[in-house]
Amino acid sequence: MAIKLPIYMDYHATTPVDPRVVEAMLPYFTELFGNAASRNHPFGWAAEEAVDKARKQIADLVGANAKEIVFTSGATESNNLAIKGVAEMYREKGNHLITAVTEHKAVIDTCKALEKNGYRVTYLPVQKDGLISLDDLRNAITDKTILITIMTANNEIGVVQPIAEIGAIAKEKGIIFHTDAVQAAGKIPFNVNDLKVDLASLTAHKIYGPKGVGALYVRRRNPRVLLQAQIDGGGHERGMRSGTLNVPGIVGFGKAAELCRVEMATESVRLAALRDRLNRKLHEGLDEIYINGSVEHRLPHNLNISFAYVEGESLLMGINDVAVSSGSACTSASLEPSYVLKALGAGDDLAHSSIRFGLGRWSTEEEVDYVADKLTKVVTKLREMSPLYELAKEGVDLSTMQWEVH
Amino acid sequence: MAYSSKVIDHYENPRNVGSLPKEDPNVGTGLVGAPECGDVMKLQVKVNPETGVIDDAKFKTFGCGSAIASSSLATEWLKGKTVDEALAIKNTDIVTELSLPPVKIHCSVLAEDAIKAAISDYKKKQQATGKTAEKAAQPTA
Repeated sequence: MAIKLPIYMDYHATTPVDPRVVEAMLPYFTELFGNAASRNHPFGWAAEEAVDKARKQIADLVGANAKEIVFTSGATESNNLAIKGVAEMYREKGNHLITAVTEHKAVIDTCKALEKNGYRVTYLPVQKDGLISLDDLRNAITDKTILITIMTANNEIGVVQPIAEIGAIAKEKGIIFHTDAVQAAGKIPFNVNDLKVDLASLTAHKIYGPKGVGALYVRRRNPRVLLQAQIDGGGHERGMRSGTLNVPGIVGFGKAAELCRVEMATESVRLAALRDRLNRKLHEGLDEIYINGSVEHRLPHNLNISFAYVEGESLLMGINDVAVSSGSACTSASLEPSYVLKALGAGDDLAHSSIRFGLGRWSTEEEVDYVADKLTKVVTKLREMSPLYELAKEGVDLSTMQWEVH
Repeated sequence: MAYSSKVIDHYENPRNVGSLPKEDPNVGTGLVGAPECGDVMKLQVKVNPETGVIDDAKFKTFGCGSAIASSSLATEWLKGKTVDEALAIKNTDIVTELSLPPVKIHCSVLAEDAIKAAISDYKKKQQATGKTAEKAAQPTA
């Protein structure tokens, strides 16, 4: 099979919409265009019925009740609603939140905004494998702690946090537990009851649905979680998120969730095999390459590798017919190395040398082989050009060298 | 970010990649930058002691495409210049030649630093060996 270039291997950034999802959405742009809040005519009823079906499809993906799904514009809004919504609603109970340094910016920056308003936030460090320590979490809890927010799977290094254990600790202490499940839901088993999650952020465009639609799972029983709405208006979504529902987007989200639920078991095995093949081929062709983050507790479709002595941007330039990411897409416009990799203690030089590979529904073995071969050639060429590689081969310990930091 | 065609050309066909013998008294070596900043350049010049002219220049760079192109271009320009002429190369010349965008200006600064460091190393060696080699070591710079 001929390979179509460029190759897309950045499925953590976004995914193409599955044609089956597009097909499900199309009628809701034209003949079934009603406002789901129009209660007095068939146009509204049809839209509401479609939204209810999607709500059920999404709830089924995460083991929730359909009434517990609140639609939003995407995961950034879901994270804002969850964190600010809890912080404001439970302000009298306490003002302390716990999160981790490797969270997505939508969580970190939301926490930073709360800090300006008198809240206190603990940013848990991560261990070398990218996972938080449960002891650190326990030690951080105070009688003022009202929310723990820890992502399920990391968007850069794909490591999966011990969510069930965190959920159990939160439950034991009576603290609300939110997780940004954007990279995990639909990819690996994720059940809000098994994991004792109270709030979970989801988005359509990471699971082969459209951009601009997300959801927040909000637990209704044991405990019933209350949120201060962040957008006021017509009182849609049980008062938690006003605004006319994006009906076609929601229909697509629902269909995408259903497809992921049905296909996850076989698809995750296929992707893990492709990912392992990519990893194996790179290791066969190159020395001194390092996987960032836990190999064991990891999404099946993620690989994040540092290619020592080679700088990430020049690496991407050499594989310009392959779409991958150096750091995360949100920060790749700046020259700063990834804060996630820095948090692992990788050393800035290795953080600068990393590539994130995200495989997905249309990734093939041929693509994996092409990328592995091309990357091996480019890294070899760049290392011949690298003063650091030369010094290392001469036996110089780069970490003890005096550099003039400019 | 889109790279200029000149940057791409230097990246794909880098000129003068390699190393000269560090211990040679006629070779000056500059190593600038830091791994944690994302770019390190090693630039070397070999000066003809008779004429004070740079006969050969080599580089190795860890850095983005613009950093590679800046140092590759620098080696091209250095060859055939006297030591003093080499010191007159400004980072802005490199920016203009390669059409570097504002976020990549630091690459050209680093290349200028590398030239200065290599020549200063060469001069130091010359003084140490007591051979004040013609024009090359005139204290005009």
